[in-house]
Amino acid sequence: MPLVFSMTTEKMERMSEPILIVENVKKYFNTARGIIKAVDGVSFFVNQGEVFGVVGESGSGKTTLGNMVVGIYTPTSGKIIYKGQDIAKHAKERPKWLKKDIQIVFQNPASSLNPRRTIRQTLEVPLKVHMPSSNIAERVDKLLEMVDLPPEFAERYPDELGGGEKQLVAIARALATEPSFVVLDEPTSALDVSVQGKIIKILMNLKKRLNLSYMFITHNLSLMSNVADRVAIMYLGKVRELAETRDFFLNPMHPYTRMLLSSIPVITDEEEKLKPKRIESMGEIAGALNIPPGCSFHPRCPFVMDVCRSVDPPLNELAPAHFCSCHLYTTSNNAYDKYKK
Amino acid sequence: MPLIQVKDLRVGYNVYEGLLKVLDGINFFVERKEKVGIIGESACGKTTAMKAIMRILAKNSVLMGGKILYDGNDILRMNDTQFTEIRRKKFSMIFQDPSAALNPVFTIRQQFYDIIRYSSNQRMTKDMIHERAVELLKQAALPEPERILDSYPFQLSGGMKQRVNIAMALVSANELLIADEPGTALDVTIEDQILRLLKKIVEERRISIILISHALGTIKHFVDRIYVMYAGTIVESGPTEKVFKNPKHPYTQLLIDSVPKLTGEGVPEGIPGIVPSYLNPPHGCRFVTRCPYAMQVCKEKVPPSYEVEQLHYASCFLYDNGENGKDE
Ligand SMILES: Nc1ncnc2c1ncn2[C@@H]1O[C@H](COP(=O)(O)OP(=O)(O)OP(=O)(O)O)[C@@H](O)[C@H]1O
Ligand SMILES: Nc1ncnc2c1ncn2[C@@H]1O[C@H](COP(=O)(O)OP(=O)(O)OP(=O)(O)O)[C@@H](O)[C@H]1O
Ligand SMILES: [Mg+2]
Ligand SMILES: [Mg+2]
Repeated sequence: MPLVFSMTTEKMERMSEPILIVENVKKYFNTARGIIKAVDGVSFFVNQGEVFGVVGESGSGKTTLGNMVVGIYTPTSGKIIYKGQDIAKHAKERPKWLKKDIQIVFQNPASSLNPRRTIRQTLEVPLKVHMPSSNIAERVDKLLEMVDLPPEFAERYPDELGGGEKQLVAIARALATEPSFVVLDEPTSALDVSVQGKIIKILMNLKKRLNLSYMFITHNLSLMSNVADRVAIMYLGKVRELAETRDFFLNPMHPYTRMLLSSIPVITDEEEKLKPKRIESMGEIAGALNIPPGCSFHPRCPFVMDVCRSVDPPLNELAPAHFCSCHLYTTSNNAYDKYKK
Repeated sequence: MPLIQVKDLRVGYNVYEGLLKVLDGINFFVERKEKVGIIGESACGKTTAMKAIMRILAKNSVLMGGKILYDGNDILRMNDTQFTEIRRKKFSMIFQDPSAALNPVFTIRQQFYDIIRYSSNQRMTKDMIHERAVELLKQAALPEPERILDSYPFQLSGGMKQRVNIAMALVSANELLIADEPGTALDVTIEDQILRLLKKIVEERRISIILISHALGTIKHFVDRIYVMYAGTIVESGPTEKVFKNPKHPYTQLLIDSVPKLTGEGVPEGIPGIVPSYLNPPHGCRFVTRCPYAMQVCKEKVPPSYEVEQLHYASCFLYDNGENGKDE
């Protein structure tokens, strides 16, 4: 490819509007025991053609966030702007083109497919709704081919497939309507590494070929470091750090991020050397019903200061395009530097 | 005598197109107080083997042969009363798919209380049951146990359901705990905490554990000995250190190479080729269709297990040096 050409497309991409902008979105659930703040004021954007990674602890609101983007949940407040329009409403109230344009692959392949339908029947559903004029049988074959599954799989039931194969069917179903934005909620966490590699390769090829943008949710940091362009890290309903992937791994700032990176189980000595100095996970893990005051991470933070117990730190841009919400970087102290490698 | 000894286990499934011959005569054992790991590609039969031990195979499964000895008695041939005792008080399993293991129409409280009641020897008061449930949920690193108990499964996140499952499995694990992918839905700090909990339980209760995980890093740090499975067969086994340092079976070598590394750019593409169909599996070695070193003999005969170094076995003709390998 001539250099000039690649430069201009890159520039164009950078100049164009983000495909998705999420602005101070909240999702609260009312329960008998009180209000669960699953997502509590989250903002970010996703550029056209980008893989935006979301990592974070279990229960931090990643799935809830993804569900709001696809319209499974309506936000309690905040804006979700997609291709210039506010779409912060339930799928039932969304126009048809929008439902077709944003799709999701669920966390659990096993329970997201209807066991009583053959794969063909499963793939026909979205086609009949969204593209009734197409040749449906042919489209089903094409979809299976796209995700590298043999055509005879069309007549099988989900029970007769392995976990990886089910997830490929779920991906094919998400792509059936030719979306431009796909939320991938832990698309490979139930699968072994060799199948994972295959699925990621398929996803990345499809992204390029079909010009897709992804919101990629996973807690697998090694995987994230290899697929995402930018990464946001969530903790109890809030984004605590957001950076370009390289930066995120080379220069992690938030103590939670460092704790995550230091506890990755790795298999080679070279990787072991790359990890930050080990930070033990300590303290009580809090829940979304009783979020600790101040910074919600403070009960588990090895660097906790007085201010952390009462004031929630804002998400500041500490280096170009590297955001972090932590008092260690807003107050003058060197507690943190001591722990840096 | 090992706690569990699986001998030549063969299990298949009836499907529309015919019989899927999944487990093809597998052998393995678990000593008392031992931590054993099983790794291998999706669909290689790990869960099937575990369900056979727990006697919870699906209705369309076919037991085609083999034994599972527990203290010398064959579990597969026990009557229901005998096995119920084992299930109530001795063995338990953390399931891979936490959603499928929880009933969507009951609260966690109802389900958890039932399990505690079922496994207990004496009559327990409601308060005692409640206390036990809360204690186990806390141990499983779950915040807000009261809220969790009130919830229906759909109100919990993926990782929360998984931890509820773990807490429930701890109730009756007094001899063997099977943990089928216990960390898949958890972030590494919590996974770490869970593994430390499992280690502590295993040591305190002096029980054995079988850990199944796709995360090779986790396996490497947790278990004493591992088995590597491929397409319904065990291809390699040995002490964890030895197998990771010096993998012998071509499949194990390729599997270890396909882990995405923190150091590397890009996700490795996995092992080329297609997993054979269980309808018509290859006659000889089941890995023959993808093996870079495949020889004529591999197509014809099932490779026996060769001891490649002390206590480290590989089922591969590359290690045939004239002497006959032995079937473990
Ligand atoms: N429908 C609901 N009703 C009540 N609470 C809910 C509901 N859905 C989610 N929650 C709560 O919101 C919080 C965030 O859940 P969510 O599923 O978004 O987490 P997550 O980050 O995806 O976690 P995981 O990594 O475990 O999947 C949890 O405390 C969960 O219990
Ligand atoms: N009830 C069933 N009917 C038909 N086939 C089945 C059934 N249960 C499992 N299988 C098939 O048997 C094979 C082994 O499945 P099993 O669940 O034991 O694999 P696994 O090693 O646990 O895989 P994973 O890592 O994906 O969990 C797969 O091909 C699967 O599709
Ligand atoms: Mg989730
Ligand atoms: Mg399994």
